[in-house]
Amino acid sequence: MKKAISLSVNGISQQDEVEPRLLLVHYLRDVLGLTGTHIGCETSLCGACTILVDGQAVKSCTMLAVQADGSEITTIEGLTNNGELHPMQEGFWERHGLQCGYCTPGMIMAATQILDRNSSPSREEIRHGLEGNLCRCTGYQHIVEAVEYAAKK
Amino acid sequence: MAKYVGQRVKRTEDPRLIKGLAHYVDDIRLPDTLHVAFVRSVYPHARINSIDTSEAIKAAGVVAVYTGKDVAAIGPVPCASALPGLKVPDYRVLAQEKVYFVGQPVAAVVARDAYTARDAVDLVMVDYDELPAVVDVEAAAKGGPVIYENFGDNIAYKLTAGEGDIEAALAASDHRIKQRIVHQRLAPIAMEGRGVLARYFPGEEELTIWSSTQIPHLLRTQLALMIGIPENKLRVITPEVGGGFGSKLNVYAEEALLGWISMQLGKPVKWIEGRRENIQATIHGRGQVGYVEIGCKSDGTITGLRYDVFADLGAYHQLLTPAIPTLTGLMLSGSYRIPAIQINVTGCFTNKMSTDAYRGAGRPEATYVVERSMDLVAAQLGIDPAEVRRKNFPAPNQFPFHTATGLNYDSGNYEAALDKAQEMIGYAALREEQKKARAAGRLLGIGISTYVEICALGPSQAMPAGGWESATVRIEPTGKVTVLTGASPHGQGQETSFAQIAADELGVDLNDVTVIHGDTGIVQYGIGTFGSRATAVGGTAVLIAVQKLKEKANKIAAHLLKVDAASIAFAGGRYSRAAAAAAAAGESEPVVPVGEAPAGALPEPDTEGKSGLTIQEVALAAHVAKDLPPDTEPGLSATYFFEPKNFTFPFGTHIAVVEIDRETGDVKFLRYVAVDDCGKVINPMLVDGQLQGGIVQSIGQALYEEVVYDDQGQLVTGSLMDYALPRAAHVPWLELARTETPSPVNPLGVKGVGEAGTIGATPAIVGAIVDALSPFGVKHLDMPVKPEAVWRIINA
Repeated sequence: MKKAISLSVNGISQQDEVEPRLLLVHYLRDVLGLTGTHIGCETSLCGACTILVDGQAVKSCTMLAVQADGSEITTIEGLTNNGELHPMQEGFWERHGLQCGYCTPGMIMAATQILDRNSSPSREEIRHGLEGNLCRCTGYQHIVEAVEYAAKK
Repeated sequence: MAKYVGQRVKRTEDPRLIKGLAHYVDDIRLPDTLHVAFVRSVYPHARINSIDTSEAIKAAGVVAVYTGKDVAAIGPVPCASALPGLKVPDYRVLAQEKVYFVGQPVAAVVARDAYTARDAVDLVMVDYDELPAVVDVEAAAKGGPVIYENFGDNIAYKLTAGEGDIEAALAASDHRIKQRIVHQRLAPIAMEGRGVLARYFPGEEELTIWSSTQIPHLLRTQLALMIGIPENKLRVITPEVGGGFGSKLNVYAEEALLGWISMQLGKPVKWIEGRRENIQATIHGRGQVGYVEIGCKSDGTITGLRYDVFADLGAYHQLLTPAIPTLTGLMLSGSYRIPAIQINVTGCFTNKMSTDAYRGAGRPEATYVVERSMDLVAAQLGIDPAEVRRKNFPAPNQFPFHTATGLNYDSGNYEAALDKAQEMIGYAALREEQKKARAAGRLLGIGISTYVEICALGPSQAMPAGGWESATVRIEPTGKVTVLTGASPHGQGQETSFAQIAADELGVDLNDVTVIHGDTGIVQYGIGTFGSRATAVGGTAVLIAVQKLKEKANKIAAHLLKVDAASIAFAGGRYSRAAAAAAAAGESEPVVPVGEAPAGALPEPDTEGKSGLTIQEVALAAHVAKDLPPDTEPGLSATYFFEPKNFTFPFGTHIAVVEIDRETGDVKFLRYVAVDDCGKVINPMLVDGQLQGGIVQSIGQALYEEVVYDDQGQLVTGSLMDYALPRAAHVPWLELARTETPSPVNPLGVKGVGEAGTIGATPAIVGAIVDALSPFGVKHLDMPVKPEAVWRIINA
């Protein structure tokens, strides 16, 4: 039995009927076609699927689409403002904070949350803030530098 | 000339990735796509009595269910290693009478959507009779249950290699030291698992397979053979690939099966690997248990090294499974003069997923054996571990350096890297600090690794399917430059570094160069990205292709300018006499953008009476072809296949400083210094990124990661909840520096850097922990060194 949901994604309102078991990440990717949010682990450990739900960083593989009813969602595709890169995106580019790019959207979304909570975090605080997100390519050092770059912006 | 090469150029591939607009396999959407899910074996070893698919096929939305008997037409999963006497099991894409490892595909369910396919997997009833599982690799070699009755035992092959009289060398030593060394199984864990999308057009008889792979062309050849479709009717496209680390340097059952299913059903079919499937059924790395014996003189001179190793191959051979331990054998000389070396490999079948090439692929094992051995020698003789190493280095003037493993190292200055690392870390002062710390009861340890690795694979003689790489460089009629590379980068950044090479050589703006890869329908045959080869081999192919193209362009430009070809030169994007004069005077012209061609019909080249011609004007003239020199082919492109004459041998020194918490056994990094020499550097930012990522994968192996099968053969680290990867807070700030010893093997002078961190770092980390625990008499510890093991030593 499908359920009606109504929510805002990247500033655009959406109304859909979805299966109750549909994961939010599949709703974003398969229903709305926003494939920038990735899936990396099935167990909420890797953070590749991190998005913002009402301003809070959330792993969208661990939330049902029906639970997002009435919420405001921002995905990686919504971070760019009129074609201008978000300072965090800029930081990842400037500081080589990505290699294969698969963890990157989730990593960038989680990193924006770090700066939302603390505008000038220490390296240790940045690393702590990134603990929910796995990257297998970079070894994290350039990601830490990317967050520092964005913090200075 | 070099405006870009050697510079920290930001990556051209990044904008699409940071905006979330890139396309990995699962991001490619085709209408009417069906979704595949697999029934996989839950047993390590069992006989299949029956498979009942009747309930699954009745489920709403299910289109087809295939089992082993349906897929007899598909050829076996290939193994490219040809070792003498190698036993090769028949590896079918779906299990036949028996299953041989947990996760082996038993049936494929095809449905209208992925959720339905996944549900229907649970409706397939497989009746098994469990058989005894072979799990421990040493036990597998000794006897007990046999996995393949027709083979008689579990030994897939035995191999002995090396030069020098090892028995005499060891007998003549003042000291002989033995150690058992375990290289635990690791899971590569690319953040994007595998994924396949296949689309067959029955009318055109054309099959396209999108796969997250490192080797699109080799995959196409192998899949054409497996599926039985002409190779020229099969196109393999490698879209964005979310990491590989060797795990996608392979040909997998699922890739052939998806292509075949699409041909059966005439519709696109997609399979996206879940993480649990990834840990079960994507290749593992390492998996060796070995016994090293090293001999030395009392002054620390190494006299010989023997390594008897049992390689845990798993149940089947994937593409390179049996070959990995042979790479270990090749690198057992490390960065040292060792007159006699012998490796004895016993490759064993076990009821597990195959081991194969994971970042480093046999070389981390060799480095770990040799570097741990050097520490054991140092401890035995009471000599500083840095000095034992220094004493046995070949001198820079001894290169090319011949090893007793049969290699000729291209170039090196090992002492320079060691000196620099010791200076950076303040080695002498650090040892003093360690003494004081020990006196105060603190457990401080220093570990050193002076590694060398073998890269840029390699001459074709040494490779199963060609050791070259290809490039085509084309200047389009509008002057834009297209580079087609047979290498298939997947995160390493060659879209940028190859553009740097081409832009410098052509004197054009970097943004006017586009690098295309990973599509067999567009790109000439290539080998792929693995073995730290893409830049050293593929980058060289780009360089030489550009040089070939410029010879032709120079000829055309001279003809149009009505001058002698030798009187003009190319600089700043223009052929002119002025450039020739400037080059003679040692000056260079600025790089200029190609600019946009005028809209509308292509203009006639306007070359009359000009003093110089832009590359755009030459390209246009070459394409419209109305006024070319005699016997000149129209168009402006060149292709080059570069095969190196030797491997390259990057090296370096890593020093780790750790402190151990007496209360918890936890290991904390105080410093980590790495001085790496990968020859000439195209883009230092990318090199740093490769090293940092590699070192952190080493930290994973040293402290956290291990694929564990229990003694019944069940996989107990089946998800990322149990398989522990390093996270941001686990790793120290890495202090990186370089020495630069160019390779003579290729004109770029580059050696390769993709695997250095993973090869060089583990011995430094384990060495530091052992050093910290040496007051307890510890000489060696097996990885991953977990706090519990450390705590037990402290509290014994």
